[in-house]
Amino acid sequence: MTDITPSGASLLVQDARTQKRNRAEARFKMYGLAAIAVGLLMLVILLTTIISRGTGAFQQTYVTLEVPLLEAKLDKKGNRDLADIKKVSTFGYAPLMKAAFEEKVAAAGIETSLKSKQMAALLSKDAAATLRNYVLQDVDVIGQTIEFEFLTNSRVDGYLKGRVSRDSMANDKSINAAQLDLVDALIADGSLRKRFNLDFITGADASDQRPEAAGMGVAMIGSFFMMLVVLALALPIGVAASIYLEEFAPKNWITDIIEVNISNLAAVPSIVFGILGLAVFINYMHLPNSAPLVGGLVLTLMTLPTIIISTRASLKSVPPSIRDAALGVGASKMQSVFHHVLPLAAPGILTGTIIGLAQALGETAPLLLIGMVGFIASNPPDGITSGLMDPNSAMPAQIYEWAKRADPAFYERAWGGIIILLVFLITMNAIAVLLRRRFERRW
Amino acid sequence: MRDNIISEKDVMQNQTAHPAKIAARNVQVYYGDTHAIKDVNVDIEANTVTAFIGPSGCGKSTFLRCINRMNDTIDVCRVEGDIRIDGEDIYDRKVDPVQLRAKVGMVFQKPNPFPKSIYDNVAYGPRIHGLARNKAELDDIVEKALRRGAIWNEVKDRLHAPGTGLSGGQQQRLCIARAVATEPEVLLMDEPCSALDPIATAQVEELIDELRQSYSVVIVTHSMQQAARVSQKTAFFHLGNLVEFGETDKIFTAPEDPRTESYITGRIG
Repeated sequence: MTDITPSGASLLVQDARTQKRNRAEARFKMYGLAAIAVGLLMLVILLTTIISRGTGAFQQTYVTLEVPLLEAKLDKKGNRDLADIKKVSTFGYAPLMKAAFEEKVAAAGIETSLKSKQMAALLSKDAAATLRNYVLQDVDVIGQTIEFEFLTNSRVDGYLKGRVSRDSMANDKSINAAQLDLVDALIADGSLRKRFNLDFITGADASDQRPEAAGMGVAMIGSFFMMLVVLALALPIGVAASIYLEEFAPKNWITDIIEVNISNLAAVPSIVFGILGLAVFINYMHLPNSAPLVGGLVLTLMTLPTIIISTRASLKSVPPSIRDAALGVGASKMQSVFHHVLPLAAPGILTGTIIGLAQALGETAPLLLIGMVGFIASNPPDGITSGLMDPNSAMPAQIYEWAKRADPAFYERAWGGIIILLVFLITMNAIAVLLRRRFERRW
Repeated sequence: MRDNIISEKDVMQNQTAHPAKIAARNVQVYYGDTHAIKDVNVDIEANTVTAFIGPSGCGKSTFLRCINRMNDTIDVCRVEGDIRIDGEDIYDRKVDPVQLRAKVGMVFQKPNPFPKSIYDNVAYGPRIHGLARNKAELDDIVEKALRRGAIWNEVKDRLHAPGTGLSGGQQQRLCIARAVATEPEVLLMDEPCSALDPIATAQVEELIDELRQSYSVVIVTHSMQQAARVSQKTAFFHLGNLVEFGETDKIFTAPEDPRTESYITGRIG
């Protein structure tokens, strides 16, 4: 026994030990603040970069021309037969557009040394196809002169967005000073302008030559069908597995091994699931390449552990007293689970599922291996079967695809795609948070 | 055929005439390697309140949970011996614990109403057992149960308010109402007042005394005063053994076993 002697120190004076502890605490608070500040700074940098580079993709430059849709060119027989009109390819429309451009330049009183072909080169390579589609939808417009808004090519668009300048033009064979003069004159005339581009959100991807026409829409549908598959498979399988493991399974070494392996699966790199999907779903089961069905199956494999883990956690968080209460009035095990435990765990399960889906939505690596990256999704699917089985891309895959193409206009679209993807992810996470807030019960 | 039915009925009557509603013989309970209940023999009568007292960890709750087989939900728990209700072995392989629990209701230590309406709390048992043919019958059952739980007057105007919004004492009486709604024959109560304040406790105790008219009530309690107040029979458990069992008055005034005396006088426990 040591004798405890009163130190006689005043409480008003901090002793050395207390001072040391207080300093340590102050230091720790500083570290914490610094860490949060660094995190916030990164977030700000990330968001400003994405927004400053990506918003451009939502605007596109258009030029308005008056196009004479000459019957002699488009419908030689004059009977408005759709089959005949379809025989006229985009080459048949090109002269009309050249003529329209010349007309416009003349009407606006712009002096230029350009020939009509060079003028028409300012239009997107997609412009003729757009006009043709418009005519095919309504053949009665043939013979009239219509006012039509054409996409300009990506150089003109870049000039308006500051990506292309008269200095950078020196190395660029696609555009010359005379063309830029014409662009300036058309801007002054008011017929060439930048406006919001809905096609970027709803449209299909376009080939390397036509970045101005590329859109996210079809890839979005691909992602949608994949999420449908994931939701339809991962939620019931995951919830059933979790309920069984959590409520019914005996606790022995087999269930322990299953539990450990589920946790391990959650940490497996997603590309492993991709190669598994390639081997099993495509090479062995012969499901179609690049199909959202296969993508969905692969992402289901990837999402299942996440859903199982979060479902088990929310089942565990239901107090055992509720189970006792149900069993105590003579409910069977299954009744106690389905009548009482599951409804209480539902918000947690939904949250976990949405987070899992969001994770799957942003996943690119497994899609590389099953051919959903690099594919140009040019046509939106018609119907559910086509949506599931026809080759398609997905949002992150589309972003990756754009980012690796040479034209800087695609690079801008990659950033724009990221904005769309982030909007989806933030929305899903917000729904998860709202669900949790809304249905969370306290007892 | 007819004769058979009559004779069966006679047997039933003989059994119910028998004073022991619940008869436990040589009951052993193991939690894994721990021997939690050692060789307990006890006869619990109909229409009496039997109190189980004893220090923490003595096995009284464990034994209580054997009577409606709630211990089945614990993987490592193993029960040996013989517990009979009305002469039927409840650990017989043919007995479905779910059916048993409809007959042997239970009220837990912490009030645990379902996070549903008051009405749904009480109606849940009758619903899953199919006791009501229609809404009107169910309404009757709920009202009767709430009256028996001595809570009807307080909640009759807000039957569809959540049960979790009631006060602690009201919640516990709601749980009692929920337990009696399935028309059990035995009511097990595991320290029903330990989470309640003295006023709520008094209300629940009063209720327990009324419940004795219809049920055989077994109550586990830490409070010796409570045991003395509400019970007719008292069993004293110590370290997994049933040390003494008898009339409550006798246990508290003239205990036979020195351990009982020590506990009652506050020297152990």
